[in-house]
Amino acid sequence: MDKQRHVLLVLPHPDDESHISGTLARYVQQGTPVTYVCLTLGEMGRNMGKPIIANRLTLPEIRKRELEQSCRSIGIQDLRMWGYHDKTVEFEDRDALAGRIADLIRELKTSLVITFYPGFSVHPDHEACGEAVIRAVESFPAAERPTVHCVAFSAGCEEILGPPDVVNDVSDFMKQKMGSFHAHRSQFQLMVGDRSFDDPQWKAWWGTERFWTYRFS
Amino acid sequence: MQPIDPGAVQRMLHSFQDTDVYLFLEMTTGAYASLMDNTKFTASAFVKNAVIRYSEGTIAGNGPYRVGLKLPLGWVYAQGLTHWDEAAGDKLLLAGHDHEGKLVVGLYIGREPL
Repeated sequence: MDKQRHVLLVLPHPDDESHISGTLARYVQQGTPVTYVCLTLGEMGRNMGKPIIANRLTLPEIRKRELEQSCRSIGIQDLRMWGYHDKTVEFEDRDALAGRIADLIRELKTSLVITFYPGFSVHPDHEACGEAVIRAVESFPAAERPTVHCVAFSAGCEEILGPPDVVNDVSDFMKQKMGSFHAHRSQFQLMVGDRSFDDPQWKAWWGTERFWTYRFS
Repeated sequence: MQPIDPGAVQRMLHSFQDTDVYLFLEMTTGAYASLMDNTKFTASAFVKNAVIRYSEGTIAGNGPYRVGLKLPLGWVYAQGLTHWDEAAGDKLLLAGHDHEGKLVVGLYIGREPL
């Protein structure tokens, strides 16, 4: 993995970061400053834990605490919760959101942004988040743009995008990664289902994190 | 959340009758429903913090339950409700969870927004 000056992670929901927490933990270990902008608190998540430990009144605060614990596990110290509402990111003023991201990139002198690949990340909030990041980065002259690494997972995305060009071996960071998944207790059932982290097939899968570098025209 | 006590829920519905209350109503099949199984259709809806006033509010059924709120020109309806928040005080929060524990339908009424 290239050494970076500053890494900015922009994702819409608490727990989105768990799938790439090995990569993030690695940057932290290298001493790279990492900032995580989480757009919403996942207020509309339909998982309330198994057994039920949350409801619509309590879920936002619960997910906020889970997010903070996940960041502690990964080693992320700069967490910013931007207060948008789950499921409505695509309905917010697009210029305002992109502008906010661009301002932050400028302020923090970000060299790498990590987000979702717009068009290939299924959930409307993921798509809108990725679109906003691309818009923000596009607003910079080409020579000043940070690199953008994108997470894609829609069915058939590799056929269209080709294989991911960034493949990170994060097997040394499984403790941080498992800690991040486990922090999101209310959502765990969705994320991991019934499988155990000790399952060798799962270990092979979780030990690698894949990204596509966004190609700006 | 606890299994619905229909008598207690009916009393709460009655207490909000003919007053302005905030409504939250939702239903979802889950954002990833069709990713996991492409015979499933992804659909969801929610209304958050609309102000309504109903003349009749009733809970029906034997579990799962149905709630109907009669508005001046229409209705609020929810079916499949299984749980409620007994400890919410002067707020009524109802939810329907499926066999996997996932939230499918929800209804909130209160004098404060959700």
